[in-house]
Amino acid sequence: MTLFMQLQGSLLASMRKLGAVVLFLGEILAQCPAAFTRPRLISAQVHNAGVLSLVIIMTSAFFVGMVIGLQGYDSLARLRQEDILGAGVALTLIKELGPVVTALLFAGRAGTALASEIGLMRATDQLAAMEVMAIDPIRRIVAPRFVGGAISVPLLTAVFNAIGILGAWFIGVYIMGVDGGAFWSQMQEYVDPSDIGEGVSKSIVFGIAASLIAVYEGYNCAPTAEGVGMATTRTVVTTSIAVLILDYMITAFLI
Amino acid sequence: MESSRPRELGTGLFVFLGFAALLFLATQTTDLDEYAGDEGYRVTARFEDVAGLKVRSQVTMSGVNIGRVESIKFDNDRLDAVVTLRINSQFNRIPDDSDASILTAGLLGSKYVGIGAGGADTYLAEGSELQITQSAVILEQLIGKFLFSKAEEGDSSASPAATE
Repeated sequence: MTLFMQLQGSLLASMRKLGAVVLFLGEILAQCPAAFTRPRLISAQVHNAGVLSLVIIMTSAFFVGMVIGLQGYDSLARLRQEDILGAGVALTLIKELGPVVTALLFAGRAGTALASEIGLMRATDQLAAMEVMAIDPIRRIVAPRFVGGAISVPLLTAVFNAIGILGAWFIGVYIMGVDGGAFWSQMQEYVDPSDIGEGVSKSIVFGIAASLIAVYEGYNCAPTAEGVGMATTRTVVTTSIAVLILDYMITAFLI
Repeated sequence: MESSRPRELGTGLFVFLGFAALLFLATQTTDLDEYAGDEGYRVTARFEDVAGLKVRSQVTMSGVNIGRVESIKFDNDRLDAVVTLRINSQFNRIPDDSDASILTAGLLGSKYVGIGAGGADTYLAEGSELQITQSAVILEQLIGKFLFSKAEEGDSSASPAATE
């Protein structure tokens, strides 16, 4: 019985949190037009969230691409179908791995930075001070960070996909000796523009989700050193789960 | 103001890189563009049926890749397919009575053009046409023919028995 009560309690708590996050999104969106009147704030956040994530994204993408190229080659070579390696790699990256891995890396690199930055402002009463000065912290602090993150993720995903395909090309064509023409022509044969559309729409949704969760956790953290730490952890955990659930839902709709 | 310059440059480069990557995906991974390469010389060959042959498929001789299929067009007057092959210029001593056939890599693999050497003293050059060609073998037609001949065999062996 107590187990059931606990389950019910935690279910209610997650529903409450979901509601709070969605309401917070509404608050941010209401302030977004105002945030766009100061593009300099947004571009600074695109720098923080996007440019500073580039190195980890590009390095990961190259190795992810190489390992898919290697595994794909190994599996396909058993079927004597190495020629379709390019198509397999491109579809895997564009439709699935690119958006998901980018969103997870973004949560780890930029999401945590956002959450701890805003959390520290909360813990040191900077947000309260802004309110005293009649500056809306959502407009000045939260909205630009949210928009900057949401812009960065689709761009990072595109970079991830391109670098990943080059990584797979390097392994497949240069090292394992798959025919280069077949690699590209089979890719062009099987990848449809709608596949790229699916990947881009996923990355847009993931960008919004990851940025929203990061700023929400930071903004609503307990104003203590421990609270900031917990907000950072929760950002990564919640974003990972949200991205994987959203991924399944979008795939089911768009496939 | 001064200190934000490198940051703006970085942000600009990042956005540019993102869109460049998207452009790369849109043009290189889908068949929105045509592969443009100019090395080598072009020869044409007419086939009755090119089923499954693709632009950029391999052209091989003795199993070695010597070029690519550059274009496949349908000739409205002679009602056959005109395939343009681009052969690397280093392979410039292919007899001009060589034959071209459309082959399959493995049972289900991709189609390619195989060139069998002829015996002439003159060589293929830009604009030559391969006169002897063999069309793609279509598995379904082959199975159909096989079944049909089997059925005929069955009929001919069954009818004498009936007359006896």
